[in-house]
Amino acid sequence: MRPGARLALLLSVPLLWLVVMYLGSIAVMLVSAFWTVNDFTGAVEQTFTFDNIRRLVTEPLFATVALRTILVALGVTVIDAVFAIPMALFMSKVASPRLRLGLLVAVTTPLWASYLVKAYAWRTLVAPNGPIAFITGGNTPGYGLAATVITLAYLWLPYMIIPIYAGFDRVSDSLVEASFDLGASAWRTIRSVALPLVFPAIAAGSIFTFSLTLGDYIAVGIVGGKTQLLANVIYGQLVTANNQPFAAALSLIPLAAIVLYLFAMRRTGALEKV
Amino acid sequence: MRRMFRTAGAGAAVVFAAALALSGCSSNGTPAAKQAAPPTEKMASSVGSGEGQLNLIAWAGYTEDGSNDKSVDWVHPFETQTGCTVHTTYGATSDDMVQLMRTGQYDGVSASGDATLRLIYAGDVAPVNTSLVPNYKTISSFLKNGNWNSVNGQMYGIPHGWGANLLMYTPSTVSPAPTSWSAVFDDASTYKGKVTAYDSPIYIADAALYLKSSDPSLGITDPYSLTAKQLAAAVALLKKQNASVGEYWSDYTKEVQAFESGTSVVGTTWQVIANLINSDAKVKVETVVPKEGVTGWSDTWMISTKSKHPNCMYKWMNYITSASVNAQVAEWFGEAPSQTLACAKTSDPGFCGTYHATDQKYAAGIHYWTTPTKQCVDGKGNNCTAYSDWVNAWQQIRG
Repeated sequence: MRPGARLALLLSVPLLWLVVMYLGSIAVMLVSAFWTVNDFTGAVEQTFTFDNIRRLVTEPLFATVALRTILVALGVTVIDAVFAIPMALFMSKVASPRLRLGLLVAVTTPLWASYLVKAYAWRTLVAPNGPIAFITGGNTPGYGLAATVITLAYLWLPYMIIPIYAGFDRVSDSLVEASFDLGASAWRTIRSVALPLVFPAIAAGSIFTFSLTLGDYIAVGIVGGKTQLLANVIYGQLVTANNQPFAAALSLIPLAAIVLYLFAMRRTGALEKV
Repeated sequence: MRRMFRTAGAGAAVVFAAALALSGCSSNGTPAAKQAAPPTEKMASSVGSGEGQLNLIAWAGYTEDGSNDKSVDWVHPFETQTGCTVHTTYGATSDDMVQLMRTGQYDGVSASGDATLRLIYAGDVAPVNTSLVPNYKTISSFLKNGNWNSVNGQMYGIPHGWGANLLMYTPSTVSPAPTSWSAVFDDASTYKGKVTAYDSPIYIADAALYLKSSDPSLGITDPYSLTAKQLAAAVALLKKQNASVGEYWSDYTKEVQAFESGTSVVGTTWQVIANLINSDAKVKVETVVPKEGVTGWSDTWMISTKSKHPNCMYKWMNYITSASVNAQVAEWFGEAPSQTLACAKTSDPGFCGTYHATDQKYAAGIHYWTTPTKQCVDGKGNNCTAYSDWVNAWQQIRG
């Protein structure tokens, strides 16, 4: 077989999947955002209209919820980064190989447990008479936005730690030693040598935590008290109201948020070195 | 979202039978005026032999095959009798069920009243020839020709069972005992942060029912037939309630846990949830039928217009409403059976009393979930708000 044919054969299936299933479904979603739904039968009518977009912009509810969701996503991302950077640094540069293995297992083990089990565990933890209240003398966040941020930060933490750990691992020890030999302190070495080199890894991790949070509607239902996030509103329009076109229009918000986030990351140069 | 339950502590409900006499007039029964005509769908004229398969969408607990509890199995006897192998997909919510039915891959569904009209008007379910279902004759008369399961006198399914949405409270915290829904509306701030409510647009009907008696100037007659102005009033009330709500529930386990942990102390519930909490005995709760009356659900087995196994579906509808099977389902699930003869077959002889199964007055006091449509479901005109308006309103309330 000729190399060209072999390559075509190798790539055809993944390419087909990417173009047809993945990009195709996004395209259908984009188009259907401009359709409308028949009030009486609930059937989708394929006539072009800007009504959904207009409603998106004019009703303050959607802006409020979108802003809340983006702030939660940023909050989760920042918390995860704050926890993950020192953790990953310790794992790759300080811990003994044995301890490193142990920590890697510890970080990834929660991924074996079901999402729901972990969310419900947090529901018990932050309950008004739960363990956190017991230990802190009643100072539990209770059910609400704070509990949602904490739970999501917990759920997505491994997705932040693993890329940053890999990033630190690629920073050669000789660079660190050179920095020390030139008289830099440990802090200066981290700041001026290690962090710039692992920044793309942090960016990669943050894309996970940011996008996963934007799409989540289950954790907020379990620990969020009465708050709702964008995905709850989309779910409500799609499943409860059976208004697929408007749900598609609403989905443009997280899509735009992710695209903007990726552009912001690109501007920092993070994506070029991944 | 309802699941199977053991109905251990069902006794708690009996006390409140008397309260129902106070509970206002009803919205069920024959509609006053002609409803909009749904798409014309073919009705079966005879039932032949089974096609060997049956694909159902059901509430969890309606199609037990012994996999949850070996002694609870009415699916296998059906399969043996009819040769129809049953495949069940559980619907989590009414909306879920509507979505699943739209795929056209199922023969039938156990639809609640907030799904039925949507299914009928979308042409997803066919009218049912009740003469082909012998057990239909002895089904409680107040469940027949309801505005949630029939259109213009034509039944679109076979009633399965029903229950009420009650007011539940923890007497150790909430005292004096509430007798009105004002406990969760106008007086909700008394228990600020510990009030709970059902997380579904259909809950707007509970607010409307309360407004019907607390603010007569609005002129609400049926909680499912609201004009834009009446809906706005209900939304304003629910927005006010939102300030006192700790959390909303849609999953019964969430409410059980919320009451047991004291996160919620007062709110709307189903009898089975109260039974479950009282049988766990961590917290004692009471349920009451408030003086304004209650909303409730009534489930109906409906047949798909695209059914590939209609004979099996007709056999199933007859089987599930037969006295002994209907009694089993009702006791397992914790609801009133639709079949009057079922009351003689329950393992707990007082079961039908507890759930008021044959109590027409109690049943008449319940405003059954029905899908709001533009053409008012009480037949009073066509300037009502539709379910999609309710969904949008509910999202505004949640904020």
